[in-house]
Amino acid sequence: MTLGLINANPVVREKKERISRSDVHLHCDLHDALSVLSEESITVDEKLGRILITFTPTIQHCSMATVIGLCLRVKLKDCFPPHFKVDIKVAPGSHADEEAVNKQLNDKERVVAAMENPNLRQLVDECLHSSEL
Amino acid sequence: MTLLEEESLKLSEVQSLEGHTDRVWGLAWNPATGADGVPAVLASCSGDKTIRIWQQRSPSSTSFDCKAVLEERHTRTVRSCAWSPSGKQLATASFDATTAIWEQNGSDFECVSTLEGHENEVKSVSWNASGSLLATCSRDKCVWIWEVLPGNEFDCVSVLQGHTQDVKMVQWHPTVDVLFSCSYDNTIKVWAEDGDSDDWRCVQTLGESNSGHSSTVWALSFNGTGDKMVTCSDDLTIKVWGVDITRLQSGDGNASWRHLCTMSGYHDRTIFSVHWSREGIIATGAADDAIRLFGESEDHPVDGPSYKLLLKKEKAHAMDINSVQWSPAGNRLLASASDDGTIKIWKLESLQ
Repeated sequence: MTLGLINANPVVREKKERISRSDVHLHCDLHDALSVLSEESITVDEKLGRILITFTPTIQHCSMATVIGLCLRVKLKDCFPPHFKVDIKVAPGSHADEEAVNKQLNDKERVVAAMENPNLRQLVDECLHSSEL
Repeated sequence: MTLLEEESLKLSEVQSLEGHTDRVWGLAWNPATGADGVPAVLASCSGDKTIRIWQQRSPSSTSFDCKAVLEERHTRTVRSCAWSPSGKQLATASFDATTAIWEQNGSDFECVSTLEGHENEVKSVSWNASGSLLATCSRDKCVWIWEVLPGNEFDCVSVLQGHTQDVKMVQWHPTVDVLFSCSYDNTIKVWAEDGDSDDWRCVQTLGESNSGHSSTVWALSFNGTGDKMVTCSDDLTIKVWGVDITRLQSGDGNASWRHLCTMSGYHDRTIFSVHWSREGIIATGAADDAIRLFGESEDHPVDGPSYKLLLKKEKAHAMDINSVQWSPAGNRLLASASDDGTIKIWKLESLQ
């Protein structure tokens, strides 16, 4: 599968919703990390140590939605303190199989198993590298 | 720690066991240990692809030492482990699609058999009460039943299809050869042998229409007598189910499980593990890093039992708790395993 499918030349558009104003110290430039996507938002609850990321795949039936979600998890893993809980969802109404995609992306065991799968791991790594060209 | 009403219980940390280099997924107390002068033994399995064996320094000691590291067998995460009822063998289930059987040989453990067949990650393994059967389940949606034969031979006797998604856990009933499985498809299935044909089939499915869960069911556990079962889910609830135990034990294929109670509003993140102690206390381990204990409530409506929160141990670990297991030895010890790579041993005590 060629990776040209996924935003090989990502356009970093103006994000509609900014990162919330809480003072979370982030270790990397989130702007870069999220340039793979067209639109995303991050909500942080520093007190509870919870982060919700919603992203909008470019098309309603995007078959790469789960891979994009995985890419997000990998890319953002080192941006937050390890004890922070990160939930990733597609923006409501942005995908035909919204519930199914969200369920997979937030099943920790499925995510871990996917990342141990060498083929999927390679796909994710290539996705992330292609966005850095 | 939060207490409710006049219950005077506390959960004291006995020890934190370190050694695994990745998240700890599962735990199993060796049932032949912990009493009658035999030091307790605990097995743990991890994303670091190994299994560790921990042993109490002496029967009265509160210290556990790592006695063995079972490595170089599994090539991916080891997700679940289970001791045979005799305590002589340990079965380990892995994302590498195999289940390994280990036996102690002096101070070492050796892998005496490897069960293959699942198409992808094996999530759970369970021995029946007599140790004559083994069950495994996988993301391939199937449950396999294996017969234990002499000479460490394991023959597959049935491949059970029925779940429509990833099967998260299998557990045999404590007294009868009836198998239970729970899944990403939000249901719990009950499997029994057909008296006439010796074929295994699904005799009951507990889904949303029977007051079942509305998201992935991660684990299930039976009470001591086996007439009740508790399940936990990504839907943030735990549910208690009951059966007519006399009917079940007499081999009545129609003995069906019914919903008794749902505990909701106590958890705000996925509950990964639930375990019922011999004493009747239900422990849960969740993705909010807390351990909760529930017990039967004295005042309840006439038509069924009700349960109340006895204790909530916040920040029991620094990260998600994947497994909680009461020691079978009746010494009120509880073990918990976490994404933080540690196992903690707790003692349930009265505040006085």
